[in-house]
Amino acid sequence: MRLIFLTLLALAIAAGVGLGLTWTTATRGVELGTLTIGSWTARPRSGSNEIDPYARASIARSGELPIGTGDGITFTANSDDNKKLLDGRCDVVISGVTPPARFWTLTLYDTKGRLVANTLERYGFTSQEVVRSADGAFEIRIAARSRAGNWLPTSAIDRYVLALRLYDTPVGVATRSQKDAPMPTIVTTGCPS
Amino acid sequence: MIRLLLTIIGGVLLGGVVHLVSVLGLPRIATQDAYSRLAAVTTENAVTPLAQTNPANALLPFMDPAFAMAVCRYDLSNGPIKLTVPVSQSYTSVSFYTRSDVAYYAINDRSAGRRVIELDLMTEAQHEALPEEEDVTAADRLIIDSPTATGLIVLKALAAEPGLMTQAQASLAASNCRVQTEPPAAPAKGKR
Repeated sequence: MRLIFLTLLALAIAAGVGLGLTWTTATRGVELGTLTIGSWTARPRSGSNEIDPYARASIARSGELPIGTGDGITFTANSDDNKKLLDGRCDVVISGVTPPARFWTLTLYDTKGRLVANTLERYGFTSQEVVRSADGAFEIRIAARSRAGNWLPTSAIDRYVLALRLYDTPVGVATRSQKDAPMPTIVTTGCPS
Repeated sequence: MIRLLLTIIGGVLLGGVVHLVSVLGLPRIATQDAYSRLAAVTTENAVTPLAQTNPANALLPFMDPAFAMAVCRYDLSNGPIKLTVPVSQSYTSVSFYTRSDVAYYAINDRSAGRRVIELDLMTEAQHEALPEEEDVTAADRLIIDSPTATGLIVLKALAAEPGLMTQAQASLAASNCRVQTEPPAAPAKGKR
């Protein structure tokens, strides 16, 4: 009787621990082969045959198609440079320079990877349409209410994710730091109190 | 007491095994992965344009709304696939995914270096079965080996401004993906 109980307990623990770990790693992802620059993270290997099992499990669950290595690379950010989670009610400014690439796009998603509806039908910017100052620098203002210049509306959602995609770029598996890939800064400039 | 402790330790160790097996098995049993989602809306061995990504239509998560996209879901069991994609004005790319959504090859318009990206996709067995002379004459022909018999080819054309989206979609609409029909090759293979 006691043996049966103990076996069942061991099996229950095994199922709980094993599936729990799988669930967490597949939804949240693991820090395996990730490239972090500032608040931006990328997984350069996920667009190739060398994709790790955790990333495979994660894309199988979410249903996304990673960008192929010969095509480009995706950097995502869910917090600003001070590790504060991006909040759709706050004003956030993205500025600075981007790594060398033929084109880049910046897109705003909700945490599930869907675009956020807004009356302007503006979901992001491409490197060609963004308004720049005379020296080529740009500044994108992410806010719930309209702002001058490059305004990206949030529709005041709680949490959002930014994706900066570089196309036809040398940034990839060999990239290590800010020096190889200067990423733009993300700064929260104000929140309504 | 010691038995209970051993049970818990054993349970946790076994849990590690369950975790590894389930992580490795998840891509096989997933029913909502990109391939399965696209299989429902695409035809086999033909280019199917995807509707533009917008908040109401999110076929896959984290799609780039600046791109016009089309998918060719391939099955190589009836022979190699020939793919031609005309290059659009700003940026065009072709990415290949296996049945389990692993990106094994991607090429963009500049690395293809021509006005039209032309590729032959085949399994390794079909590549080996190619007559040698043909392989030599086809030196300027790009041949790609697919690790699996089925998979996805994703064609993307950038609309650098929202107004250029129709143009990008039109350029993808002119692309072609079909099973190669080579009548002379088949009997030659049979004689050998």
